[in-house]
Amino acid sequence: MPERVAIVGVGYSDIRSITPGLSYKEMMYEAAVRAYEDAGVNPRKDVDSFISVSEDFWEGTSIFDEYIPDQLGAALRPVHTVSGDGIHGLACAAMLIHTGRARVVVVEGHSKHSDMRTPAHIHNFAYDPIYHRPLGAHPHHLAGLEMTRFLFESGNTREHCALVVKKNMANALLNPRAVYGARVSLRDVLEAPPTFSPLGELDIARPADGGFVMVLAGESVAGDLAGDPIWIAGYGWCTETPAIDSRLWGEAIYAQLAAKQAYRMAGITDPFRELDFAEVDDSFSYKELEHLEALGICRHGEAGGWLEDGLTLPGGDFPVNVSGGSLGGGHLLEATGLHRVHEVVLQLRGQAGENQLPDVERGLAQSWRNLPTTTGCVVILERA
Amino acid sequence: MAKVAVVGAGMTKFVRRAQETGPELSWQAAKMALDSAGLTLKDVDAVVIGSAPDAFDGVHMKGEYLAEGAGAWRKPCIRGFVGGGTGVFSPIQGWYHVASGQFDTVLVVCEEKMSSCHPHPQGAFITIFDHITERPLGPNLLWIFALEMNRYMTVHGITKEEIALVAVKNKKNALDHPCSQLGAELTVQDILDSEVLAWPVNRLDVSPASDGAAAIVMCAEHVAKRVSDKPVWVEGVGWHLDTAYWTNRDLYYPRYVEYAARMAYEMAGIKEPRKEIHIVEPYDPFDYKELHHLEGLLLCDRGQAARLTADGVTQRDGDLPVCPSGGLLGVGNPIAAAGLMKVCELFWQLRGEAGKRQVPGTPRRGLAQAWGDLMQVGTVVILGR
Amino acid sequence: MTVKIKEWPGTALSSRDIEEGRVLTVRHKLRAEYEWDAGVAIGRYLRELKNGRLIARRCGGCERTLLPPRMFCEECFTPTSEWVYVGATGTVNTFSICYVRWDVVRLKEPLLPAVITVDGASPGMGILHLLGEVRPDDIRVGMRVQAVWKSPDEREGAITDIKYWKPIQGG
Repeated sequence: MPERVAIVGVGYSDIRSITPGLSYKEMMYEAAVRAYEDAGVNPRKDVDSFISVSEDFWEGTSIFDEYIPDQLGAALRPVHTVSGDGIHGLACAAMLIHTGRARVVVVEGHSKHSDMRTPAHIHNFAYDPIYHRPLGAHPHHLAGLEMTRFLFESGNTREHCALVVKKNMANALLNPRAVYGARVSLRDVLEAPPTFSPLGELDIARPADGGFVMVLAGESVAGDLAGDPIWIAGYGWCTETPAIDSRLWGEAIYAQLAAKQAYRMAGITDPFRELDFAEVDDSFSYKELEHLEALGICRHGEAGGWLEDGLTLPGGDFPVNVSGGSLGGGHLLEATGLHRVHEVVLQLRGQAGENQLPDVERGLAQSWRNLPTTTGCVVILERA
Repeated sequence: MAKVAVVGAGMTKFVRRAQETGPELSWQAAKMALDSAGLTLKDVDAVVIGSAPDAFDGVHMKGEYLAEGAGAWRKPCIRGFVGGGTGVFSPIQGWYHVASGQFDTVLVVCEEKMSSCHPHPQGAFITIFDHITERPLGPNLLWIFALEMNRYMTVHGITKEEIALVAVKNKKNALDHPCSQLGAELTVQDILDSEVLAWPVNRLDVSPASDGAAAIVMCAEHVAKRVSDKPVWVEGVGWHLDTAYWTNRDLYYPRYVEYAARMAYEMAGIKEPRKEIHIVEPYDPFDYKELHHLEGLLLCDRGQAARLTADGVTQRDGDLPVCPSGGLLGVGNPIAAAGLMKVCELFWQLRGEAGKRQVPGTPRRGLAQAWGDLMQVGTVVILGR
Repeated sequence: MTVKIKEWPGTALSSRDIEEGRVLTVRHKLRAEYEWDAGVAIGRYLRELKNGRLIARRCGGCERTLLPPRMFCEECFTPTSEWVYVGATGTVNTFSICYVRWDVVRLKEPLLPAVITVDGASPGMGILHLLGEVRPDDIRVGMRVQAVWKSPDEREGAITDIKYWKPIQGG
């Protein structure tokens, strides 16, 4: 039986739409200092391994891992990057601890989106160079295609998607870490200029800058550290297919399979009853609904109705994205998964401020690597 | 700690420009690795992808693009990345997937298609330098190697002739490798007479830009015993990344390689590496790097690797065979795939299956090492039978 | 196993295959533009370059003078404490004589990159830059050099505000 692993420290650098005063290194340093203080560790002595999640083209630097170590206190230490989402990084850290060869591992993820002047061109560069990129469409067009098919198959409606936007932006108003909080009406969302119809302008999470550092520790040492431990009960990740023409457009298989792996590890058979709340990817409004269904929290086609009935509101039976999600809190590129995890950790610690849910013991965080991928991750966190 | 085995290996030819796309190359290597282990994709629980900068293939989020070719359809798939060190890091990542107890069988696939980058793959390297303090100077990759090689030569008083012996040896070894791009019978004079790119680096001191892929299958002990009569075991792994401020370090010695090696030796219980390592595949993108790395790996004293080479110790039939595969200088250098090729070579050598490249005396333990970034990262894997 | 394999996968193309159109290719030119925030430490470094000066940061922990400057010390993992001007003279730590450009196009006049350890910074604190006003054959490790600045009106707050470093006569 591998050792249990806990998140014993979290830190973030302030999330803003732009951060002109700081370099990405200084931003990472800010998050790292907070996380190490929270966990009560000295990175130069107490940490066995460091993992950062990043992609070269988001940074504008090839082999970005070169520039990781210094601001994490990781120079001349075991460091590697994962070209993936923050929860991929978290899973790698947990696996390293499970091997018994590491006891304390640090995970970092950030977005310095505002450094990119041509983000759509860069995003488009992720599309298949032969089959797809020559079509020349804006990268978000895939979301329009997917939304159409998802609504058609599931029976959820355009209005349900608008309700997601309304809920998450309102939730964000109470969260000091969220940048795009607003009181919007259903009509505001539905009548916003269409971008990739049926997707409208407000259905798309706006990018932001910010980052997270988390300290993970095995059970044998977690108790000795200062941080309030939140335990990792299960994790999973999955890639469905990069192929545009043969993927399933109506459901998020990657989230289904990632959840299956995480639930098996955590011994969860009925996620709705066994989890108290979730932070799921809402990079596009319909994604929250699609992901909730894929995670098996509700059945296929039910997510919109649940929201309509208030079940996923902060006071509902199963609150979803109480933090404001990415729609209200900003999209943070590869740090998006850690953004979700951070909010779950704060909830479980009782440190979520005005957004705090009462009596929460166990929550789920889920991420998706955004277009054009079908890659997503799940992690289940618990208090005890 | 759970034991982890390598039970299969495969690779494509390394070529200047391949007809196959990146996913196709990945598939060819992955299929061969699975076939050699008598396994199919159904047996694979997770996939690890290794590939160096996206700028080569010309695809952002390259791991996603390669996923299907690497056999990751509907599977957990992760891409780890430590620049040039990736090819030996990927099996480390595969190791921790299995050693964690989370997965029984993991497919590790490394790919590079450098020829996609125009006008020249070298162009992709300009963006590895610091965007504010270095890129405006118009640097290229050769600079850092030339600066490091010069420092190494100056501190130890080593000559270009002594270093060229490495290129001669590896290119000759590669003649016996069925996948090699640049196997050749050359003399030291040929190396010295090749055009000067960035003194002290001449063209034949350098490995080529290549396309190619390599793959291995790693699994837990109970699976290995079932599927393989000759599993090769992961005995040690290590990796370290030094500060990005490379101009603040003395480049004559790769201390990050030493730290990575010490980590791996400690795990493998190796106290005297010079006696306990029988075959070495150090990273040799440039000829002096093989020497530099042998020293960092503590396999000889600082400044002594050139002598070892001159004395024939590192020949295939020498006391310490180094790069019996032909290395990057001879087989080719599709970055991440080249690193994993070294691990494939250990697998074949330790099983006595390396054909014409087989080192005499059936070695029991081998070490593969890669290097990367701004002269900054060392990755080490020790395999034994 | 390797001896048993008759045909290894992978198909090599020759340049004629491409020139004669025997294989098809797809071309794409990426428009990737970035405007990196220099941040506090490098922001000041650039401003001082514009003023014709080199500035470093001092760490109160290990007492090193760090160049290029940073707001935190990677060894101590604490904030650095003060700004320190350093000299515009230094020593060649290592160098190259480079005959190719970044895209491997051959150069008539070689570029002379070097790591230069700067006087006033802690030992070994070097920066990457170029040498000039020197015959390639005369460059030596350990050679003393000084920065040659662009004129004040040409300087823009960039590392290239120093044109290159030239040997100090009699140095």
